[in-house]
Amino acid sequence: MKSSASIPARAIAGGRLRRASSIPVALLLAGLLGALLFTGCASASLERVKPWQRGTLANYTMRSDRDPLDVAMAEHVYYSRETASGGRGVGGSGCGCN
Amino acid sequence: MSATKILRAAAALAVAALLAARARADVKVGDAFPALAPAGLVNLAGGDIPEVTGQVTLVDFWASWCAPCKASFPAMAKLYAALGPRGFRIIAVSVDEKPADAVSFWKRLAPPFITLRDRQQKLVQEVSVPTMPTSYLLDRHGRVRFVHSGFHGDLAELQKEVEQLLDEKS
Repeated sequence: MKSSASIPARAIAGGRLRRASSIPVALLLAGLLGALLFTGCASASLERVKPWQRGTLANYTMRSDRDPLDVAMAEHVYYSRETASGGRGVGGSGCGCN
Repeated sequence: MSATKILRAAAALAVAALLAARARADVKVGDAFPALAPAGLVNLAGGDIPEVTGQVTLVDFWASWCAPCKASFPAMAKLYAALGPRGFRIIAVSVDEKPADAVSFWKRLAPPFITLRDRQQKLVQEVSVPTMPTSYLLDRHGRVRFVHSGFHGDLAELQKEVEQLLDEKS
């Protein structure tokens, strides 16, 4: 078996150099590939429902407050759990108009 | 291929993808408004599809499910009654997906101005309205001069703008 003392110092230094430079390159490549992949997430055309496509969201059945009894029950549970009253929820449906 | 070349290619690709994602064809002030006929619009009253040139025109995008749109119709009818005789025109474009929704809204409110339906949502997509409703005030050359997003109960500012455009020489 060859001891490390017998390996030339230059070869060890070269090996270290190769390892050290290949890691940042791989990281950069991974970062760029990640950016490419997540570009789709940043695209407005993919992530958002357009203002003119909100007919279904604006439907009455999408309202969370359409049943007064259900609202009262939900608020009772919320207040009991949080020991707080008021300041909960906003009105309207999901058309996002104005 | 060396690592530098791969890096350069990947960087160029990333930049191109980001630019493509940001590219949107919004119609802004100063742009020529797209022609209505190629978008395949339907006139709810059964007439022709008008041109956007030749008259001062307000193109308003609305939907039956949009509460502010409903509130804006009587106000627009009033504006049309006041300035229509001077050559002002309103073209209201419905973006409703169901034709019956647009027709019932139109029958209920009976607007005195031209009302169309963008059945394929082609025009609204081309214009890329920021909110519902949005209206575009065009001069006689069909160029967008003012854009109004939403309806906040008062058309006094719009009336001033229409009068300004009507006063301009063609």
